[in-house]
Formats: sequence, structure tokens, C-alpha cells
Amino acid sequence: MKPVRVRGEGRFALFLLLPAATVVFGVVLYPVLRTLLMSFYKVDSAMPGSYPFAGLSNYAKVFSDPSFYPVLGHTAYFTVVSTAAELVLGMGVALLLNAPLRFKWLWRSLVVLPWALPTIVNGALWRWIDNGQYGVLNQLLGTEIQWLGSPFLALNMVIVADVWKNTSIVAFFLLAGLQTIPNELREAAVVDGASTWRTFWQVVVPLLKPSIAVVLVLRTIEAFKVFDIVYVMTGGGPASGTQTVAFYTYLQAFSNQLFGYGAALAYLIVIAVGALAMFYLRVLRQNQMAGV
Amino acid sequence: MVAIDRRTVLRTAGGAGLAALLAACSGGKGATTGDQGSGSSGEIRALFMKQAAYTEADVTKMTASFTAANPGIKVTPEFVAYEALHDKIVAAGPAGTYDVVLIDVIWPAEFGSKKMITDVSGQWPAEWKTEMLAGAIDTAEYDDKLYGVPWIMDTKYLFLNTQHLDVANANPQWLDTWEGTLKSARRLKQSGVVKYPFIWSWQQAEALVCDYAQLLGAMGGKFLDDSGKVAFNAGGGVQALEWMRQTIVDGLTNPASTQSLEADVQRVFQAGQASIVLNWTYMYGAANDAKQCKVVGKVQVAQTPKGSVGRPGVNGGMALCVTAGSKNQAAAFKYISHLTSQPEQEKYALSSLPVWATSYDEDAVIKTNPAVVPQAKKQLDDLILRPQAKSYNAFSQVLQAELQNALLGRKLAQKALDDAADKANSLLQS
Repeated sequence: MKPVRVRGEGRFALFLLLPAATVVFGVVLYPVLRTLLMSFYKVDSAMPGSYPFAGLSNYAKVFSDPSFYPVLGHTAYFTVVSTAAELVLGMGVALLLNAPLRFKWLWRSLVVLPWALPTIVNGALWRWIDNGQYGVLNQLLGTEIQWLGSPFLALNMVIVADVWKNTSIVAFFLLAGLQTIPNELREAAVVDGASTWRTFWQVVVPLLKPSIAVVLVLRTIEAFKVFDIVYVMTGGGPASGTQTVAFYTYLQAFSNQLFGYGAALAYLIVIAVGALAMFYLRVLRQNQMAGV
Repeated sequence: MVAIDRRTVLRTAGGAGLAALLAACSGGKGATTGDQGSGSSGEIRALFMKQAAYTEADVTKMTASFTAANPGIKVTPEFVAYEALHDKIVAAGPAGTYDVVLIDVIWPAEFGSKKMITDVSGQWPAEWKTEMLAGAIDTAEYDDKLYGVPWIMDTKYLFLNTQHLDVANANPQWLDTWEGTLKSARRLKQSGVVKYPFIWSWQQAEALVCDYAQLLGAMGGKFLDDSGKVAFNAGGGVQALEWMRQTIVDGLTNPASTQSLEADVQRVFQAGQASIVLNWTYMYGAANDAKQCKVVGKVQVAQTPKGSVGRPGVNGGMALCVTAGSKNQAAAFKYISHLTSQPEQEKYALSSLPVWATSYDEDAVIKTNPAVVPQAKKQLDDLILRPQAKSYNAFSQVLQAELQNALLGRKLAQKALDDAADKANSLLQS
């Protein structure tokens, strides 16, 4: 009978979804909810136990913590500069890869290599390159600069390392977008007398906006929660000049065992990232509705 | 082809799930099940650090001799970098992943007060307290309780490149005081034998606090006063930081120091690019290994130089502890007792000096490291302890950041230490 079969198949489908649902609940939902709960308690140990209810005081502490604002500043700077640099360089690489080149497969393979490297390895690599005593960068330039020796320069060198790795993925997203743009449109612009520059700005970029928006959302979110490359390259120094919000959260939670405070910081990262994502998506939707 | 219907899949999966559930309920943790009472069987997972003191090979041999004597106990050692050790202990604490962990002298207050490690005071034989060096006992003690057994006894010594000193005509006796050390460094720089006579582990990390502690102690400073309030921002504490900064300004300290850890110091010294450095015991062994060192036979080790009030070395001891989450406490303590025993420690004195006072008079120990042991015997009697505070890590982070602000010339030493003191006092009260 048909209704029985539908019910049976539905149950079977639910059963097949169960492992995935269990993993999602266990690995994503449970920690997310547990962290939220923890942020309302004064949890000052990794060990299970009963801890006093703290209400919103962990959140209030974030805003009264004088160390938090410099850390937020570093994170904002890192996010804006690295995302912008990756977008500009990624666009250049995507345009090159989209051009009629010989051995296209080789160039594409080479470009993807930095992205394929684990971030920890990338961080260690750049830590050696930037070493003021025996790093290859000073050897190449014939200088004696301590690249990781002053806070602002070190933050910029971490950005360089991040850009080197992530420009590839940005380039590939944009390349995918470029390949959906019909050549006829560009050819028509050329026939109408548009220069290469004008064709790029008035034909390619508008049609590439959805891809750019996706890249911006992904890279902004990733850059805002940067942790591993900082941990490996500088350990947050010198003089705390490369500490980011995620790194500071880690310090508070795991080094200082202030898990309640760390949870509140983690939730503020989630809120900030969510707000950024919504902003980008809203801009994208408005552009689409306006037919841009 | 065998047809598999929906019902078969559901039945098979349901059966497998039930079996897994029953298996999970019947056991407990596989890795740590065992005989808790006698400690004669079971499995132990132990967490060590990898870059200093006993090497991985040493620990593997020590473990092999333990399991040979205790065939019922299986031990799985794991090694992490010192910088990751604390956080790994914290992250693994609730799950009871490790039965034995190595802790630094600055952590007993934190781990003990949070009940992450077991109070083993009752298992300490009375004679251990008199037979071990006093500084060693500090590595496991908090609030009159013993949370482990001391295993690594270390402090920072002065390592010299004697060839550089000869070429520069710098009298090695000058290096008996910090003032004379500065004079030697100036002579070395003027002679052109080396561009930067000093390199230090002044990266924003605990290593920086260790170097600072040694200078602070020599110049009469204190981390805390008798009432437990911060005192490093007065007298010797400020002088020590001013001394450190001045060596950078004068071009005597390699500017890479503010990004260097002990391993970087070792690398530069071994390449012959520094003449005078502070480092832990293990560097002497490494500095005489021709495979990794260009200055073999030209290295001398000495006690840390004297300041206005003495020459205390920073207490860099570490202890082995049984975790509170261990399901095999008796076997874990047995393992710790073996590793920390005097005969076992004496076998590996080249890597790390024993915690036992009489070991320093044993010919066998002196022979393993004849250059270091006589210096250690004098130095280990005079150690400076970093604050034994529950929130030491946060205290240290504040101090590290402000020390670096002064070293990089972003703040004057007094201002940097006053700022650190403001933050650190509130941390110590919380």
C-alpha cells in the first residue's frame, strides 16, 4: 500500500540521516550550546563541577577589559588588509589564469600549492623566512631587518603569510566566476570601442559581483577568527602586538582557565562574524535586486 | 547478487548499535583501566615535553626499564613542545586522557587548587624531603601539599665562547659579575670578533620571565613583597630591566633576542655568532656535539654572574604528577617513582641533573657532565622562585608584554613595570 511505503521510506531516510545528524549535533550544536551556557557562569577550571551563575558579567567584563580593545584593533586591521590584499591579488591571478595561456594546467596547479599547505606549516615556513638572524628574506634583500621584531611590522608580516596562502583560493573562486561570463560580452565591449580597463570595470566586475561577495564573506569570516598562523609565527608578540581576538580568547580559556570569560569572548566573535556575513549578503541581495 | 532490503539494513544496524552500546557500558576507559589498588597492571598514558632536559630517547629507555620490572603495566609516553604542555594538560584534564603529566614549577598552585592533579603527600617517603634539593621540592609543592615528585632540576647557567674571549682579550674572571659581563661584551664588540656578544630568549613567552628573574634576583629585586603584593616595579626589578634594555641600545644584544626562545639562543651560540648566553643545562651537551655545533671544545659553562646582592639562578625545575582523572593512580605513581628514583636519574645526568642532593658528589654523575655538575652544585643552592600563584599564567602574560614594551623602547622600564604591577596586583587578588 502506497501510504505505508511512504511512511516506511521516510523512516528509512531518517535512519540514514541519523549518523550525520548525530555528528552535527555532537560536533557542532552541542559545543555551541554548551559554550553559550558556559558564558553565563564563572567557570574558572577545565574540570567539571558546579560554578556560580554570572549572568552577563562575562560579557560586561569583555568591554571593561583594557587588553581587549588593542586586540580588537589588531583583528580589524588584519581582517581588512588581508581580505583586501587577497581580493586584489586573487583577481589578478584569476585574470591571468583565465587568459589563453599554454600549459594552463601547470599554472593552475602551481597557484593552488600555497593553499594546499596546512596553515601550521605555512606559519612555520614564514617564521623562518622572516627570521632576523638567519631568515631568507634578509638574505635576499641584503638587509638586517627584524621582520617580527616590532609589533606593527610583525602584524604586517603575519598578513603577508596569510595573503600568500589564501590568495590561491580567492583566485580560484573568481576564476570560476570569470568562466561563466560569456566572451561575447567582452568582445561586444571591445567592438564598441571600450578599453581593456573599461571592459574590466564595466563588464567583468559587475558580472563577477556574486563571486566577489562569496569570497568576501568567506575570507572576512576566516580572517576575523585568525588564530593558528599567529600562534605559530609570533605567539601573539612582540609586546602583544599580533594578538587577535581568537588568540586572546584561547589565552583566556586555555592558558588562564577562565572558560566562562573565554566562552563570552567566543560568542562575541560569533556575533561579529554573523553580523559581517549578514551585511555582505544584504549588499549582495540589494545589488541583485537593482540588477547590478 | 544478494538483494539487501531496507528491513535488513535497519536490523543489522540496530544490532550493531546495541552491541556497541553494551560494549561501551561494560568497560570504562580502555587506556586507563587497570588495578588501582596494587598498581601491578593496567595502561598508563604519560605526557612529557620534548625540547629540553631528558630527551625522548632518555624517556623511552627509562620507560623500558620500568616496564621490564613491571610487565603488567603498559606505558605510552607522548611528547609536546614546552609551549604547548600547559594547555594540553588543561584540555585533556576533564577526559582524564593522561595518567601522568610533567608540570613546570610555576603550575602546582594552579593545577593543585583546581584539583587537576592528585595530592600525593601521603605517598612521599619521609626521607625524600631531606634527600632532595630544597629547590626541587618547590616544583611539586603548593599550600603545604605535595602534588607530584620532582624530576627535572634546572636553572640557567652562563655559557661562554672561550675562543671569542681569548681573541678579544677579555678576562674570563670579569664574567663573575653582571657588571663585568657587560665590560666583556663591550670588549668583544670593539674587537669585532662578533657583531652581537649577547643573544637572549626574550620572546614574549615564559623564557623571558626566566631571564628577567635571574637578573632581578641578582640586583636585589623581588617579584612579590612579604605581603604578597607586586614588588618588581621597584629597586632591583627596575634596574634589571634597564640593564636589559641598555644592552640592546648599546648594540651588545642581538636584536633577534626579542623573538628568540632557548632553542634559538642555542642555534646562534652554536654557530659561533654569540659569545655569552644564558641557557639551561641541556645546552652544554648539545654544545659539545660536533654534529650540531661549530664551537665544540670552545664552550665553557659558569654560574650565573653576581649582582649587588648575589647570583640566584631561576628555579626551572619540573615535577611528574598523577592526574586527578587517572583511573590507574597506583600504577601511575609507581611509574613516577621509578623515573624520579636516584639511580634512574643519575644514568641520564648529561641531559638533566638529578633532584637528589647526594648525586652531586657521585663520581658517576660528575663524570657524565664534569663541566656542569660542579657549577650546578653551587648554583642549585641559590635559586629564585617565580610567584607560586593560582593565576600565575595571567600574571606572567602581563609581565611578558610590559617587559617587551620596555625592551623595544616603547616605554621606559619604570613605566612598563608600573603598568604591569597595576594589572598583576588585581590578578593576584582575583
